[in-house]
Amino acid sequence: MKPPPFSYHDPRTVGDAVALLGRLDNAKLLAGGQSMMPMLNMRFVQPDHIIDLNRVDGLAYIREANGAIEIGAMTRQRDIEFSDLIRKRCPLMHEAIQHVGHRQTRNRGTIGGSLCHLDPSAELVTVAAAMDATVTVQGPNGARQIEFAAFPVAFMTPAIELNELVTAVRFPVWPDAHGYGFSEFSRRHGDFAIVSAAALLTEDSAGKITRASVTLGGIAVAPVRATEVEQALIGHAPDDKLLREACESCRKYDAIEDIHAPANYRQHLATVMSRRALEQARARLNSHAKR
Amino acid sequence: MTETRKVALTVNGKRYEAEAEVRLTLADFLRHTLGLTGTHLGCEHGVCGACTVLLDGQTARSCLMLAVQAEGHAITTVEGLAPSATELSPLQEAFRDNHGLQCGFCTPGMLTTLTEFLRDNPNPTEQEVRIAISGNLCRCTGYQNIVLAALDAAKRLQAAR
Ligand SMILES: Cc1cc2nc3c(=O)[nH]c(=O)nc-3n(C[C@@H](O)[C@H](O)[C@H](O)COP(=O)(O)OP(=O)(O)OC[C@H]3O[C@@H](n4cnc5c(N)ncnc54)[C@H](O)[C@@H]3O)c2cc1C
Ligand code: FES
Ligand code: FES
Repeated sequence: MKPPPFSYHDPRTVGDAVALLGRLDNAKLLAGGQSMMPMLNMRFVQPDHIIDLNRVDGLAYIREANGAIEIGAMTRQRDIEFSDLIRKRCPLMHEAIQHVGHRQTRNRGTIGGSLCHLDPSAELVTVAAAMDATVTVQGPNGARQIEFAAFPVAFMTPAIELNELVTAVRFPVWPDAHGYGFSEFSRRHGDFAIVSAAALLTEDSAGKITRASVTLGGIAVAPVRATEVEQALIGHAPDDKLLREACESCRKYDAIEDIHAPANYRQHLATVMSRRALEQARARLNSHAKR
Repeated sequence: MTETRKVALTVNGKRYEAEAEVRLTLADFLRHTLGLTGTHLGCEHGVCGACTVLLDGQTARSCLMLAVQAEGHAITTVEGLAPSATELSPLQEAFRDNHGLQCGFCTPGMLTTLTEFLRDNPNPTEQEVRIAISGNLCRCTGYQNIVLAALDAAKRLQAAR
């Protein structure tokens, strides 16, 4: 349980990190290390080079610009958890991040690392899908943007080239009066979710849903947008019956099967988690309406 | 091709400088290179919490950090929690009085974790304490007396304020 031998590099700028990625064979980036270090210790990965991003300047920030919250790739999960800006403008993320591991792992773990590791049930991955995030990557030819829907290409494989790294993630904000909910089922607090669901809602003055985002995490290799549920809600008042019936459609998604749960159990959880997340979102819509 | 680097850091207020293989974890550096064996290693892959130390005042699993990453930083290990060689910290006192340890293997991680937690949440509920130690495994106590010790320590720290 010790990392295999490698050469260690700790660049100070994004440019230097990109140059190293381009020059070195079999190199791996190290961010918070909360997934990479276990993989090294267990020798699931045996890179010849480790490029540590922890001393790169300018990759840790949370700011609002052009209707979106932009978060630097090396921003610690803890700083997101305690950010007032996130609490106010991205309350779904504030809620979801409480479920990411433990205080000790959030102190080190980063948002960029979580999205690039792309665990099927990682909460931040689910939130990025729910909020239609955009990932900014930097390569030898400059920066490019990737819509989050196109970011996962296979099991735990993001759409970034070997000579690129993620520098930032943009989350378009929802109107102040939106409702949000996050629900997950895991065996113990801090474990990865078996299935999670994120919900975002807006309504008109008559209490009819005008916009809905419903996302399932942990059910498949990448988050699934439950578009059928979203469609079923638009134009209607979200009463119990509608939520229950709409969420039944989540049972039909292909689900992964592993030591934690068989596929049909995940499909069942998907109907329950999506309903609970929507119930929370509805309750928060109502609390805005009463004010 | 053993690559090494010089690592200069502060541990428990004392300056250290030592050569480390770049692949050496901070946990092994503390234990084997510096001889500070208070930090325990249970799983070596981030799950048990026994190796938790404070890095610039924030908890981190030392099995998930490289020694070279600690260059220039300040580490506190369990050896650094007591105010002197003959006194315990209020949290350590509370662990002793409430039987918050049996074999003691998990204790270094519990103490470092709860030191940060009680600093940031001086008046916690029982539920908050349970969440705070959810990343630390204990095979002996059943956690109950650790929770009681943490709540007792919170009272002692408040009284001392
Ligand atoms: C006990 C424990 C419990 C956990 N529980 C949860 C949980 O419940 N939910 C959850 O979501 N996560 C959980 N995690 C994992 C989470 O803590 C990690 O933070 C996250 O998966 C990886 O982020 P990191 O910053 O640590 O990245 P690292 O581990 O350093 O890197 C992860 C991967 O991303 C790549 N990478 C990192 N940064 C970049 C970048 N900027 N550009 C390109 N590639 C990059 C690395 O090369 C590596 O392949 C847990 C971890 C532990 C140890
Ligand atoms: S030894 Fe580090 S978490 Fe178990
Ligand atoms: S006291 Fe033995 S593991 Fe906790």
